[in-house]
Amino acid sequence: MTSPLIQFENVDKWFGTFHALRDINLQVHRGERIVICGPSGSGKSTLLRCINRLEEHQEGKLTVMGIELTDDLKSIERIRRQVGMVFQQFNLFPHLSVMDNLTLAPIWVEKLSPKQAQERAMQQLERVHIAEQAHKFPLQLSGGQQQRVAIARALCLTPQILLFDEPTSALDPEMVQEVLDVMTSLAQQGVTMLCVTHEMNFARAVADRVIFMDEGQIIEEAPPKAFFENAQHARTQAFLKRLLA
Amino acid sequence: MQHHASTLLPARPPLLQKISVVQWAQHNLWGTPVSAITTVLLVLILLWSIPSLFEWSVFHAVFTADADQCQAARGIGACWGVVAEKYRLILFGRYPFDAQWRPLLATLALTCLLVGSCRPAFWNCYLSVAWILVWLLFFVLMGGGKWFGIPTGLVYVPTDQWGGLPLTMMLATLSITLAFPLSILVALGRQSTMPAIRSVCIIYVELVRGVPLISVLFMASFMLPLLLPTGTSSDVLIRVLVGITLFSAAYTAEIVRGGLQAIPRGQIEAAYTLGLSYWQTQRQVVLPQALAHVVPSLMNNFIAIFKDTSLVTIVSLYELSGALGLAVSGDPNWRPFKLEAYLFITLIYFCICFAMSRYSLWVERQVSHR
Amino acid sequence: MLNWRSQRVRAWCYQAVLIGILIVLVGWLLHNTLGNMRMRGIQSGFDFLLDPAGFDIGESMFTFTSTQTYGAAFLAGLFNTLRVSCIAIVICTLWGTVLGIGRLSGNALARGLCYAYTELFRNIPLLLQLLMWYVVMVELMPDTEAPLHFRDWVLLSKEGLALPWFMSEGLTLTPEFLALTWGLTLYTSAFVAEVIRSGIESVPLGQIEAALSIGLSPWQRLRLVVLPQALRLIVPPLTNQYLNAIKNSSLAVAIGYPDLVSISNTTLNQTGRAVECIAIVMAVYLTLSLLTASGMNYFNRRAALKER
Repeated sequence: MTSPLIQFENVDKWFGTFHALRDINLQVHRGERIVICGPSGSGKSTLLRCINRLEEHQEGKLTVMGIELTDDLKSIERIRRQVGMVFQQFNLFPHLSVMDNLTLAPIWVEKLSPKQAQERAMQQLERVHIAEQAHKFPLQLSGGQQQRVAIARALCLTPQILLFDEPTSALDPEMVQEVLDVMTSLAQQGVTMLCVTHEMNFARAVADRVIFMDEGQIIEEAPPKAFFENAQHARTQAFLKRLLA
Repeated sequence: MQHHASTLLPARPPLLQKISVVQWAQHNLWGTPVSAITTVLLVLILLWSIPSLFEWSVFHAVFTADADQCQAARGIGACWGVVAEKYRLILFGRYPFDAQWRPLLATLALTCLLVGSCRPAFWNCYLSVAWILVWLLFFVLMGGGKWFGIPTGLVYVPTDQWGGLPLTMMLATLSITLAFPLSILVALGRQSTMPAIRSVCIIYVELVRGVPLISVLFMASFMLPLLLPTGTSSDVLIRVLVGITLFSAAYTAEIVRGGLQAIPRGQIEAAYTLGLSYWQTQRQVVLPQALAHVVPSLMNNFIAIFKDTSLVTIVSLYELSGALGLAVSGDPNWRPFKLEAYLFITLIYFCICFAMSRYSLWVERQVSHR
Repeated sequence: MLNWRSQRVRAWCYQAVLIGILIVLVGWLLHNTLGNMRMRGIQSGFDFLLDPAGFDIGESMFTFTSTQTYGAAFLAGLFNTLRVSCIAIVICTLWGTVLGIGRLSGNALARGLCYAYTELFRNIPLLLQLLMWYVVMVELMPDTEAPLHFRDWVLLSKEGLALPWFMSEGLTLTPEFLALTWGLTLYTSAFVAEVIRSGIESVPLGQIEAALSIGLSPWQRLRLVVLPQALRLIVPPLTNQYLNAIKNSSLAVAIGYPDLVSISNTTLNQTGRAVECIAIVMAVYLTLSLLTASGMNYFNRRAALKER
């Protein structure tokens, strides 16, 4: 078995005195699609954000692509270049056009020539079906379009891992599906992804594993069929009952 | 592969990580090459300037009011003796020497009132009464003579002899107090849908904000006597007070207007649907929210006005800088040590303004926590 | 019929009443003014601008003698004001930006010193700072015979800053000019630093996280993501500081630098034409304010985000 791409070993994290992550043990292998769900405040986003060091863990060992996450700036930057993130609030740069948003990192971080960066950007824009908006500015697009651009921006760095932090929670219902479709096609292309979401149909269709978290702890993890039909922990059952009612 | 947690872990407190001094310095002082170079440069500059500053102001300084000692120490040590000798003249201006307990008491009363008003615990109707009483006390103490025909037992001191710190505090506080209701009216007027009212307010605000305070003070000083009916004379103090009040009202109006604009239209609509009239809406719904929103800006404005009162020295009212000029420039023994005297009132201004800005930050935190 | 309950009718009534009050007020004030002026023998009119000034001006950008007109004197004053204001604005923008970014620096020493600077210079009245710098320039500087100097290029003494090589006849900056420009620049820089700092801090955290997640270095983050967005938030309050600098240069009258207000003051005392002199000064400052504001407005529009 190949070594895991992401490995959490006894990871604990506090915000001040609030114990946000409790003894997390998790392994993610290449090509796996993981969906993390749970009530709000359960630590799902925190877990995700620890992977690219937007949050720091205090105890335990977290290894991403063989590099251990510590205070070392160089290793953090190496990891961030290989891990792409899509935020709930899109976080597109409003002062740059869609094209410039996408070519920013390839030009400045990977030192590509503008022409190469633009070619790559157009490829990714076509992948998310939004190539015609390349010269618009983010605030001129709808929420669903902005989120698809955000996904393309993350893909431009050809990351090994994609993190999705509640990507559809800030969208109007009509636009949720277009983003989920893009994520589904990415999953089918074999991209390693961790996704925090409430969209259970997406989890059922796409995930290799579904993880349920509550109060900072991983309560249950299982393949979707077993998870949805045969949840074993009482808390998981209660959550699913509320969500799917 | 399916598994679930066998036991639920309770929360536990974090193990306190002690960061050593070296680690802190490593992160904050030489974390990157640029940071290290900056630290070295700044340390060199500090080492070059701080010791000589210390020597001049403390080591070789003269602390007694001895003009000869000061002369001997010129260039080597500071002459704080000038402060020891002249502090009463600087703090109270041309106020009669033996009656200086009166402005002292008046200033203390005013300060207590202001500090007391800062605490939310005291915000009730007694505060308004306190304000009126303390202001009355202030003017009676400072002016003396007869008030409403009743003799106060205090010698009458005309307003052109008022000076120094009491004058600064009075001008700043009184002008802000008087300007505040005016500024609310002007801010509301600027939002009004009636073009005449809106134009008048806009013209007033833009005119006053476009010119320096000095022009406004000159205007008040030279033009007000012309504008009043022939034969009436007006106090220099009143003229200056009118000038500063109109000036600060324009700036405060802009700040209040910013607060008004931040209130969502839905608030006003909800109030109207409940049947409240325009003035009721403003009083009960809009203004409380708008003002709470802009308290930090209002405090900054107050600090600015407080500093601006120093300009009245240009129109011959002797506040702190002006009183200093009178006290030190006129005395050839102490004139060479003007800088030390200036540093003294710098300290006074700095302490008061810094305290106010700290208070402003505290208020900001209180408001944002709610 | 006029319906009192109609909002429109009420609005018109209120406005009519207001205008009526204003007319009465202005009329009364005018009546008083004319009466007072008659009584004191003050003449009115702007014709005095063509009379010879009868006073010298300490320094000006063109040669001014006492035989030239009051109008020319005002012009000299205006140029002096602009000279100080422009230099102060340019330098305080640069120095203020350094201080503002320094306050957010990773180096604790730089952070602390920048904080100390801004708190110190913001909490002391400008007039006091100018008076102190003036004392330094005029009393603490060495005498003309033994100036502080860097080779023969720059000489600093009680007479000011001399640059003998400048153009053909050299340039001497008077102590008044130095004290005013130096003091005004240091004071305004502290406020500009605050404006820049709060502009940068107001950029939403999500933008910084997005920049982090695509692997930009701290310097790249600042240059490509933070500063362009911070600029939007910085331009309006920065405009305010520029306007303040122009208005604050009027404190020149306290240290004897012949700026517009100072010359207007002298003229006012000589001719007694208080209303006209003050009106000229106010008109000039209003024009300067309007010009600066519209210039910055143009800049603001270019920095704005393109929305739907």
